[in-house]
Amino acid sequence: MTVFIIRRLMQSVLVVFVMSFLVFSGVNLVGDPVEMMVNDEADQAERERVIKAMGLDKPWYIQYGLFVGKAFQGELGKSFTYGEESLGIIVERMPATFELALAALLMAIVIGIPFGVFAGLRPEARTSKVVMAGSILGFSLPTFWVGLMFIMVFAVILGWLPSTGRGDTVDVGGVPLSFLTIDGLSHLFLPALNLALFKISLVIRLARAGTREVVHQDYIKFARAKGLTTKRVVLVHLMKNILIPVVTVLGLEFGGLIAFSVVTETVFAWPGMGKLIIDSIQNLDRPVIVAYLMIIVLIFVIINLVVDVLYSVLDPRVRLQDVKA
Amino acid sequence: MFIRKTLAYAAAVTVISLAPVAQAQTLTIGLGTEPTSIDPHFHNLGPNNQIAQHFFSRLIEQDHKQNLLPGLATSWKPLDELTWEFKLRKGVKFHDGSDFDADDVIFSMHRGGNHPNARSSFGLYTKAASTIKKIDSHTLHFISKKPYPLMAVDLSNVHIVSSNEKDKWEGEYNNGNSAHGTGPYKLVRWVKGEVLEMERYEGYHGPKPHWAKIIIKPIKSAPSRLAALLAGDVDFIDQVPTVDIARLKKEPKVQLSQGVSNRVIYLHLDQFRDNPQYVKTHDGKPVTKNPLKDVRVRKALSMAINRTAIVERVMEGVAIPAGQLLPEGFFGRSDKLKVEKYDPAGAKKLLAEAGYPNGFQVTLHGPNNRYINDAKIVEAIAQMLTRIGVKTTPDTMPKSVFFKRGKNRGPEKPQEFNFLLVGWGSGTGEPSSPLRSLLGTYNKTKGWGSSNRGLHSNPEMDKILDQALATVDDTKRAALLAKATEIGVGEDVGIIPLHYQVNTWAAKKGLSYKARTDERTVGYDVSPN
Repeated sequence: MTVFIIRRLMQSVLVVFVMSFLVFSGVNLVGDPVEMMVNDEADQAERERVIKAMGLDKPWYIQYGLFVGKAFQGELGKSFTYGEESLGIIVERMPATFELALAALLMAIVIGIPFGVFAGLRPEARTSKVVMAGSILGFSLPTFWVGLMFIMVFAVILGWLPSTGRGDTVDVGGVPLSFLTIDGLSHLFLPALNLALFKISLVIRLARAGTREVVHQDYIKFARAKGLTTKRVVLVHLMKNILIPVVTVLGLEFGGLIAFSVVTETVFAWPGMGKLIIDSIQNLDRPVIVAYLMIIVLIFVIINLVVDVLYSVLDPRVRLQDVKA
Repeated sequence: MFIRKTLAYAAAVTVISLAPVAQAQTLTIGLGTEPTSIDPHFHNLGPNNQIAQHFFSRLIEQDHKQNLLPGLATSWKPLDELTWEFKLRKGVKFHDGSDFDADDVIFSMHRGGNHPNARSSFGLYTKAASTIKKIDSHTLHFISKKPYPLMAVDLSNVHIVSSNEKDKWEGEYNNGNSAHGTGPYKLVRWVKGEVLEMERYEGYHGPKPHWAKIIIKPIKSAPSRLAALLAGDVDFIDQVPTVDIARLKKEPKVQLSQGVSNRVIYLHLDQFRDNPQYVKTHDGKPVTKNPLKDVRVRKALSMAINRTAIVERVMEGVAIPAGQLLPEGFFGRSDKLKVEKYDPAGAKKLLAEAGYPNGFQVTLHGPNNRYINDAKIVEAIAQMLTRIGVKTTPDTMPKSVFFKRGKNRGPEKPQEFNFLLVGWGSGTGEPSSPLRSLLGTYNKTKGWGSSNRGLHSNPEMDKILDQALATVDDTKRAALLAKATEIGVGEDVGIIPLHYQVNTWAAKKGLSYKARTDERTVGYDVSPN
């Protein structure tokens, strides 16, 4: 297994490298950052000075060479917008995004699995039908609209929860966390639920489908016949066997939650990475876009690795090894 | 027992009565655009300058109508054609307790013009004064190479920092270590994308601002910003979307402030190329001569645009039809130029006179996320022009793409578009800046025509503008600027002005704001009414 992990990590370095090349050359095709940045009243000389200051006077392949050189020293270039190291700007926003993504993931598991299993065990019950219908809504309503509706209902009309922003934070080892304060939790709840809605529906459907399939298997019948309690049959024998697809999908979705929670973060003015990337794309802040996508690739690679390892824990039949060509 | 109860009661009353007072002294703002830095010389752009002016004073301040007011300079006057004398305010202290004097001004002017990382420097405001001479600790002479009447206006844009903070750049300002100005507020903390907190500087030299604390929350999404105001999470927001204004006017919890800005929305027309790519004959063939070069055609296009309809329908009444570069009340504006009257029949006649009885085809390009309702305006104009026989195809795109394709590179390599919609905000509050940049003949050494995307050129107008920029006497200069505008916009129709943007701010009931022409959101200008 160690060999497997090491090999995977080496592969990921290659992926990140290829990615950096693609992204770097890609963003250089779009737009002119200087025109986005500079004051309208600036004259020609001033525009040329800015082009030089941002290193855009050189051809893009030389810019890429400089970028790679610096990357080996751990610098991914200064943000055009903020003038600070882009890696630092992204890392600054990471806690907020991870907090939101984890909260959403937790909601997806805690709400999704029980409802899904229930709907799978009693497919004809009225409650199950309501749950399944609800999950269709969760799939099909646009996040942007739901987010605004949440704000309208819970913040503007009822006044129960704050509308936007991140609440009070507590520093834990230098990382500002907001879920440890009441104010922070109240700010976290709506955006997390907004982000989780789609995932909850997904988990409900996966868990239900898995349950429907597993419940007719021989080992469940045997466990029943052995006289085990329903609780034990469901929680141990059934649960273990429906979890593989759920873990796979949630693993991949978690990457998506971190990388592209753009809509939710924008609607709720959540100071995370998603909002940063959308601002950076609009302002053509190339260093931040490149650095961001490289970090995201890294996160995806790690999540995939964790999912593979979890497989072997959940299903002993799975052996971790490379498929040799 | 009784005493204890009374005490407890008294304590409770105190707590209750204290709480609202503390609350009332804090202003929370939902801001549409976040600054990119606290360093006041890093990025010369509205969103940064509006924040910087809370922390840093300027020699001359601009009020909400961009009139000049004494700031760190108590008086200023030209001694001769080339020299301006500035008397500095005495007894002013920076937030860190150090004294303000002439050295800080010299340092700031140099730093503002030469910030190595600046994304857009203040060099355009500091370059006229080639020498700054220190007469004594509170008197300075700004000397230019040739007569320069805009000295005071230009210097009113440069924030003064402390000369103790040598070799400190944006990073040190962003984390608060070096962000010591002489402005009415001190920086408490800035967490990018989350919150910007400031508290009143008790040693401020000007009138004491009302709010002890101002908290700024960046909320980029307009509906969320509005919801935050309605939910009571913020007290004040800027950039209210035009579609919500009619409804908000009826909302009892909310109070709106509106005011015209110095930004004019206008059309550039290609007056340079003979084979414009996006202009075709009426039956779709390439043209042999460029119709936009004919002043009668430009005039006809201007007459065919129903500005009142655009303002009422597209802008929901929140704009003012424009006939020149700056709205009423600004210095150097022409009294003769009126808003072009909507006259489609006259436009058709004029087109026929110019040799285009059947009109022609053209593509109108514009951004779709830069100015208020920009894409909708482009579509409306395309329809109006099509009605007089100029078959117009609207083509809008994100600003990042638009401004690359429409980037002005001068006559050697003209930008792509032939007919395009853009806007211009006049930072100096007078027409010399748009005249120079939009209508002046492209000239790299003089720095003219940097945004003259239609490459309009009229030597006669250039001459008058040159003369205006060398005339220190205000009345004479105003007349010359008006004359130049009359030629450039009036006779030549070098650009077609459409409307001046009107900006809207919204506050919770009981707060009012003096709408600023420079579009800035300034916390200490919000006051309880």
